[in-house]
Amino acid sequence: MDEEYYQRLQQRNAADVKMLWDLLDTVKDPEVPALSIWDLGILRDIQREGDRVVVIITPTYSGCPAMDNISTDVIQCLNDHGYADVVVKLSLSPAWSSEWMSPEGRIKLRQYGIAPPEDAELDADGLTPEAHAACPHCGSRHTRRVSEFGSTACKALFQCDDCGEPFDYFKKI
Amino acid sequence: MSDQIKKALLEYTTRLGDDAVVLGHRISEWVSYGPFLEEDIAYGNVALDYIGRARMFYTYAAELANDGRDEDDFAYMRNDREYHNLLLLELPKGDFAYSQIRQLFADAYYTLVLPQLLHSKDERLAAIAAKGIKETKYHLRRSRDWVLRLGGGTDESHQRAQKALDQLWGYTHEMFDMDETEQLLADAGIGVDVSTLRDEWLAIVTEIVTNATLSVPEDSWAVRGGRIGYHTENLGHMLTEMQIVHRSHPGCKW
Ligand SMILES: [Zn+2]
Repeated sequence: MDEEYYQRLQQRNAADVKMLWDLLDTVKDPEVPALSIWDLGILRDIQREGDRVVVIITPTYSGCPAMDNISTDVIQCLNDHGYADVVVKLSLSPAWSSEWMSPEGRIKLRQYGIAPPEDAELDADGLTPEAHAACPHCGSRHTRRVSEFGSTACKALFQCDDCGEPFDYFKKI
Repeated sequence: MSDQIKKALLEYTTRLGDDAVVLGHRISEWVSYGPFLEEDIAYGNVALDYIGRARMFYTYAAELANDGRDEDDFAYMRNDREYHNLLLLELPKGDFAYSQIRQLFADAYYTLVLPQLLHSKDERLAAIAAKGIKETKYHLRRSRDWVLRLGGGTDESHQRAQKALDQLWGYTHEMFDMDETEQLLADAGIGVDVSTLRDEWLAIVTEIVTNATLSVPEDSWAVRGGRIGYHTENLGHMLTEMQIVHRSHPGCKW
C-alpha cells in the first residue's frame, strides 16, 4: 500500500464524521464511473461546522471538467440524506497525486478496461513510457503508446499488439 | 501586505491568467482540425490544462480585486487593451508546424517559470504552480517530439518548421522582460524574475531545435507590448469569437 494512500485511510478512520465519508462512497467520477471520488483520491476532507458540512475536493488536472459535476453530486448526495447545508470547497494544494488512489480503485479501474498507473514502468524522466503498459484486457505487455493524451487529460492511449484492443492508461502524476 | 504589493499581485495574477486563457483558446482552435484523431484529442487535452490554469488564476484575481467580479468577468468582459498577455500566445494558430513551434517555446518557458513560482511566498500562486508543473512535463515532451518529427520529416515539414521558428523568434524576447510590477513582486519573493531564465530557456530550445536539424534564428528583431495592452490585431479577433456567447447572453446558465 502506498504511503500516501495509507495516510488518507488513517485520516478517514480517525474522522468523527465517518458516516459522511461512507455516504460519499456513492459519488462516482463521471468520467470513470467505476471509481468513487474516494477511490480516485479527489475527496480530501469532510468537516462539520455546526449544521454545515464542508467537503473538500481537489482536481486531478487543472482543467478537469468533471469538478463542477462532482460538486453538484456531493451536494445532492448529502441533501438526500438530510444534510441541507453543504458547502464544497476546491483545494489546490497539495496537488493531486495518482498515489492517492485506493487499492480497490486500482482493481476496479483495470476491470473497467483502464490500466492503473502501476501497470507501466515509467521512463527515465518519470513519464508514461513508449511501450509495455500491461493490457487490461489480456494482460500482455506487448503494447505501445499511441498518444500521450487519451480520452481525458489523466489518461494516455495505448494499443495492445496481442489482442489488438486499444486501451487507456491512467497516467502517474 | 502593502497596497502597492496588493495592486501588483492583482495585475500579476491577471497577466498569468491572460497568458493561460489566450494560449488555451488558440490551442483549442485545433480541435477537430488535428492531423489525426489521437493528436486531435491530445491537443484538446493540452488546451484544457491551460484553460483550467486560467480559471485558477482568474478566480484568485477576482478574490484579490474583491469588487464583485468573478472568473468569467475576467475572461469575457475585458477588451483587448485590458488583456496583458504575451504577444507570442495570441498569434493565430497558423499551420501545424507554427502552432507546435509556439508550443515548444511556451512549454519550455513554463517548465522554468512554474518551479520558481512554486517557491512564491504567496501560497495560492504556489499551489497553482504545483498543479501546472506536473502537466507541463507532458506538454514539453509532446511539443519536443513533434518538433523533432517535423524537422526530421519531409522537406516540406522541415521547411515549415524553420519558417515558423523564423517568424516567431522575435516574439520570444518579451517572455523575459521585467517591468516595475513584476520587479516589485520578484523582490518581495512573490513573483518570478523571468529575466534570469532566458539562458536556460535558450539551452532547452536550442538542444531540441538542433536535434530536429533546424536552426535557431538570430536575435535580429523583437516585438513587445502585450504586458501593457498593446496587442497585434489578432487578439481582438480572437476575443470577439471567445466572448460573443457570454456577452450575447449575460448571466446565461446551462
Ligand atoms: Zn491485450
